[in-house]
Amino acid sequence: MARKVTTQRKLIVTAIAWTLGILIFFPILWTFLTSFKSEADAIASPPQFLFFHWTTENYAEVQSRSNYLSHFMNSVIISFGSTLIGLIIAIPAAWAMAFSPTKRTKDVLMWMLSTKMMPPVGALIPIYLLFRNSGLLDTRTGLVIVLTLINLPIIVWMLYTYFKEIPGEILEAARMDGASLMKEIVYVLTPMAVPGIASTLLLNIILAWNEAFWTLNLTASKAAPLTAFIASYSSPEGLFYAKLSAASTMAIAPILILGWFSQKQLVRGLTFGAVK
Amino acid sequence: MGSITLQKVSKVFGEAKVIPSIDLDIKDGEFVVFVGPSGCGKSTLLRLIAGLEDVSGGKIVIDGRDATEKAPSERGLAMVFQSYALYPHMSVRNNIAFPLKMAGVDKAEIDRKVSDAARVLNLTDYLERKPRQLSGGQRQRVAIGRAIVRQPSAFLFDEPLSNLDAALRVNMRLEISELHQQLKTTMVYVTHDQVEAMTMADKIVVLNRGNIEQVGSPLELYSRPRNLFVAGFIGSPKMNFITGQHAAALNAHTIGVRPEHLTISTTEGLWKGEASVTEHLGSDTFIHVRTEVVGLLTVRVLGETGIRAGETVYLTPDPARIHRFNEKGVAK
Repeated sequence: MARKVTTQRKLIVTAIAWTLGILIFFPILWTFLTSFKSEADAIASPPQFLFFHWTTENYAEVQSRSNYLSHFMNSVIISFGSTLIGLIIAIPAAWAMAFSPTKRTKDVLMWMLSTKMMPPVGALIPIYLLFRNSGLLDTRTGLVIVLTLINLPIIVWMLYTYFKEIPGEILEAARMDGASLMKEIVYVLTPMAVPGIASTLLLNIILAWNEAFWTLNLTASKAAPLTAFIASYSSPEGLFYAKLSAASTMAIAPILILGWFSQKQLVRGLTFGAVK
Repeated sequence: MGSITLQKVSKVFGEAKVIPSIDLDIKDGEFVVFVGPSGCGKSTLLRLIAGLEDVSGGKIVIDGRDATEKAPSERGLAMVFQSYALYPHMSVRNNIAFPLKMAGVDKAEIDRKVSDAARVLNLTDYLERKPRQLSGGQRQRVAIGRAIVRQPSAFLFDEPLSNLDAALRVNMRLEISELHQQLKTTMVYVTHDQVEAMTMADKIVVLNRGNIEQVGSPLELYSRPRNLFVAGFIGSPKMNFITGQHAAALNAHTIGVRPEHLTISTTEGLWKGEASVTEHLGSDTFIHVRTEVVGLLTVRVLGETGIRAGETVYLTPDPARIHRFNEKGVAK
């Protein structure tokens, strides 16, 4: 029997959901609003919500002080590059683990994931030295390598759980129907796995775009992505909230738009296997 | 052409010896059913023939050629899976055409063969649909269509009807039998359902723990089971087994009497007992009788009977149809 949902219960649940939603969204909204304030309005007490003098001078200032486009391009190259290379490595790995598992497959998966449990700062010194000695500091190549490696466990895990849902019998049927391994992958597996690969791709672009620890520590100016661009406005000489907010808004806008348009795909990818 | 010969075929998974060693001869055009309880190795044996599993030892010869090391696609066999294993992203037409595409057949030929298969299987109206838009029976027919278009030397069926409801199962059983009569191609069919085995097979292979217990025609297995396992597995309701002095009197360790070979009377007979449960199927009635000397026996009576639970009854076996087994369970 279906559970009875009373109007009162619906109202309470809706109210809670909206409160939580607003709570989570509020910092982003506040950053957005602050980016249109003057520096004086930005630190005014009590804070001003909507009735302040709206200005776009912060954006102009940020544009003139730093090269947004160069940071943006760095972010795009680093996040897309690391995700694509990660997928190229992870697809065969996940296939092998899902369709031809051995006794140790689970252990290997756990071990891969366990590398994400270590605080990254623990590996900072050796990686920094490696990068310095091989000339990778402040290069896009270096960042692509490091972000590929840190996100690889998540990519493999996501694809693995997705591939696990594809019944092995369908692949066997393809084999019986005369498909070679290559044809089996091209005609049967890939079309069936496209939604999973797409959501993995999206999530990892977002993770790589937002990654701040390695991008801040391993870059100076040339390869600095948008995270470094934001950080450059929180200088020790005093905070400029309005400019910082303008920079943040500019940095998160592209990924927010990408996330918005692909939210269906993302939710499906993240909840896959949980609900059938 | 579609003869399959297994020579000392064995399969080991890690420590477990699933199939110790099997020799079997399947002739061209035969309908062979592998039957046995779950875990008896029947599906594994089929997968070994298909090439989806590698043998641990022995040889598989298909059409006179050694196929042991060949890939599944090179064996010239087609398989129908329990879950249908249709390609969900392809239409019915593309599902059926897939093996032909893989074989590099030209487009006009593919179209012709697909429409032929669709007509035979009543799928013409559904060719543009996706598998998810079909019913269970239709999906099963698409899977069969995919198997027949490439004109394989033999068909392999892995419990193809177990996902269907009872009525549909009977229909599909008939359709597969008709298909076999039409195509006259070798069919190897795996099932745990002995009714399917009895109704469809030319030859039944009864498997137990990876070993062949008996190979024979359905009626051979029914009337001359080689051992206790086959005697108990073939026939429904199960054969009654009696040990002790009544068996010893017939110079056997165990005797077996099928429920349909016992006569029941309310006045006289060999074994006295009390009817405990009666099951009415309309066409016949199963009566479970708790006897005083030989334990619980099942009797099958044609049509209806007036006997009610709790009544005292007498049972008499047909002496010509008593099966005798020695202490090792082998028929004498």
